[in-house]
Amino acid sequence: MILTVENLKKSFDGFVAVNGVSFSIEKGELCSIIGPNGAGKTTVFNLITGYLPLDEGRVIFNGVDITHMRAYQICRLGMRRSFQRTNIFPRLTVFENVQAALLAYRGKSFNFFTPVETLFREETEAILGRVGLQDHSNAMSGSLSYGFQKQLELGIALASEPDVLLLDEPTAGMSTEETSATIELIGRIAHEKGLTLLFTEHDMEVVFSISERILVLHQGQMITEGSPDEVRTNPDVQKVYLGEAR
Amino acid sequence: MSKQDWFLIPIFLILCLVPLSGSRFYVFLATDILIFALFAVSLNLLLGYTGLVSFGHAAYFGIGAYACALLMRKASIVFPVSFVAAGLFGALAALIIGFFCVRLTKIYFAMLTLAFSQIVWAAAFKWNSLTGGDTGFIGVPFPQYLDSKTRYYYFTLAVVVVCLFIIRKVVNSPFGRILTTIRENSERTEFIGINVKFFQLVAFIISGFFSALAGALFGIFNHSVFPDFLFWPASAEVLIMTILGGMYSFFGPVVGAAVVLFLRMQITSYTQYWPLILGMILAVLLFFFPGGIVGFLQNRLTLLRGNR
Amino acid sequence: MTLPDPSFLVIQCLNGLTYAMFLFLIASGLSLIFGVLGILNFAHGSLYMLGAYFTHQLVSLFVDTPGQFWWAVIFGSLAVAAIGVIIERFFLRPLYVREELNQLLFTYALVLIFSDFARIIWGTDQFSVSRPAILKGAVDILGQYFPKYNIVIILLGPCIAFLFWFILLHTRWGRMIRAAALDREMLGSLGVNVSRLFTVVFFVGAWMAGLGGALVSPVSAIVPGMDVEVIVNAFIVVVIGGLGSFWGTFLGALIVGQVYALGILVFPRLSLVFIYVLMALVLIIRPWGLLGRPLQKR
Repeated sequence: MILTVENLKKSFDGFVAVNGVSFSIEKGELCSIIGPNGAGKTTVFNLITGYLPLDEGRVIFNGVDITHMRAYQICRLGMRRSFQRTNIFPRLTVFENVQAALLAYRGKSFNFFTPVETLFREETEAILGRVGLQDHSNAMSGSLSYGFQKQLELGIALASEPDVLLLDEPTAGMSTEETSATIELIGRIAHEKGLTLLFTEHDMEVVFSISERILVLHQGQMITEGSPDEVRTNPDVQKVYLGEAR
Repeated sequence: MSKQDWFLIPIFLILCLVPLSGSRFYVFLATDILIFALFAVSLNLLLGYTGLVSFGHAAYFGIGAYACALLMRKASIVFPVSFVAAGLFGALAALIIGFFCVRLTKIYFAMLTLAFSQIVWAAAFKWNSLTGGDTGFIGVPFPQYLDSKTRYYYFTLAVVVVCLFIIRKVVNSPFGRILTTIRENSERTEFIGINVKFFQLVAFIISGFFSALAGALFGIFNHSVFPDFLFWPASAEVLIMTILGGMYSFFGPVVGAAVVLFLRMQITSYTQYWPLILGMILAVLLFFFPGGIVGFLQNRLTLLRGNR
Repeated sequence: MTLPDPSFLVIQCLNGLTYAMFLFLIASGLSLIFGVLGILNFAHGSLYMLGAYFTHQLVSLFVDTPGQFWWAVIFGSLAVAAIGVIIERFFLRPLYVREELNQLLFTYALVLIFSDFARIIWGTDQFSVSRPAILKGAVDILGQYFPKYNIVIILLGPCIAFLFWFILLHTRWGRMIRAAALDREMLGSLGVNVSRLFTVVFFVGAWMAGLGGALVSPVSAIVPGMDVEVIVNAFIVVVIGGLGSFWGTFLGALIVGQVYALGILVFPRLSLVFIYVLMALVLIIRPWGLLGRPLQKR
């Protein structure tokens, strides 16, 4: 197991957002978390990656207890994430965005006197090529289209060659074409790199087409998990998504 | 030095020639500008590069000024040692104060830097036996070998040029690049595996060191040190210089310091209402040139190039 | 160490309480504006100063009118409120889209402009306003005299606080203000006229500052520099109490008032340091202030 989550709990001002979620993920798996709005998907991500402190529970990553580690420490162990709203460095160029991630990952960030523009040029260009941004390398990233910004985010996450990648709604706000292109890209990269991928997604077509396993959250609790076919036919899941039919 | 920096050479030559004008006034003004240029660039390492608004930077300037003057006069330590020690005192103060400040964000960060600088100010103000209290610490001489305005000017020029060169190196290094990512989006920076608080603290210390060197230069230039150096309006003043000049360019704060000090020198000879004029300039600038003077010029330059 | 005379201690406490009420008036306006508009208004101390100068001017203008002081307080503070509205409508509004730092610096530019403006009109002399006729004289407290006017101020403070609290909790405007402080964007989508709300809030905030200045005029001298002195103290009050927290501001004002009044007795040399240490400690231990609420990430 590369990632094991045990009994996660988190509440905000008395509102229980996540209530005892447990699951494990194997190396190389492609998993998704689904659930209606407010089910606690993003909060689970925030708890795993150290963005929020958790109230109860344990997170084990690659055999290391990361429950109380800070976000940057968890990152250094090889877990990366993207955010639901785009999360880039808007007044830096596309190139600089990815390069910064490389600097951090390769341990070159605490260097005061090497001119930064000489470092990791080819590596950065290679990553930009992989996420389809090779022609925008000198553009101000904040002025890119939404789809390109999402691709850049993926590039930032990939720069550090993570073992596990957590993607929060990677296609949110995208058009149908952008969505399928992005999903194709993610799937391809995951296979090439042997990545373990955990993502949340609202587009059910996407979820069922690429996930190997699906976890279903509802009101902060996990109601079921299984292969796409198992989940599709599960009566509880149908209840959650279609409402009480009776 | 890259191609874009060709303009630095004539400026440096002009600065070298200032004392040949024979005007004591210009030598005085140029020394003043150089010192505050260094102070403003040090502040801008936090403000423009790291995105941290320090509202108490006069503390490090003042600590540098007092440390250098006190070490020379009270401990009879030779000037070069006192001078470097002053910078280290500033860095130490920045380490202690910054340790607490970087835990906070935005307005809370600004408020805590203000609170600490006021503590330092109140201490300097009340600690008569050490600092001379509100009458100030008077009678700091030029060191023997720098005992004329012109010599001191050249010394200041050399120190400031070297310091700016080092700071420029730092902002163009990987460390400097990471600082800009913190400014842009500190949360994201944490998630590329950077200990953001630690980087902010290191930037704070570097900034404190160079601010204190500027203060040490100023104390001797002024032959005395007053608690006013540390009072919060002094922090506001250097902030104004930085933003007026342009916080998103390396030399913006230098331009800001030069413009503010030059205008102050000119205007105070006509009227006592300099703050009124400064307030109006600042207001107009904030409205019409949000990128500061240098930001405005850079925009113009890009437009011109684009039209060709 | 010699202990001070207990009656003197009581008088100092009362002096501290009087000062606290002025601080409360100014700081609550500051806190209100910060809570709703998200702007830390440096010029708030300048509005307070203008309130005092206007009152001085109006008192000499209304020389033969009965109740001249009270008329001067009302018109003086309202004039300050009008200036506040002008600042918000014409100057701050275009800056809302900019970075916070630009807004902060603009209000600082106003500080510079107003302070010189006052110097040009009123010069650098000290002024004082005489207390209103019915409140002249003093009462005997444990053998010490304490001015009647100050007692009225001490009583007025809680009244204003209560009124304010009532408005915030039980009126439509109050509810909108509280909602705006929580989530500005949502308010706009609910169909509230946000820009008018901002103007009203700035009007009220500026009015409180003007009122503080008007009421302080019989107690302390009106001098250039009173603006800068008070704004730093008002910052300390809101930071200690909690930025944007109404009762926090009240508590903060009481604490700062007492620290100034008693600090001078206990550690005359350190009282100045003490207040900033207190501010720093609160920011380090509870950055959101004694009664404020921490911002929670989700």
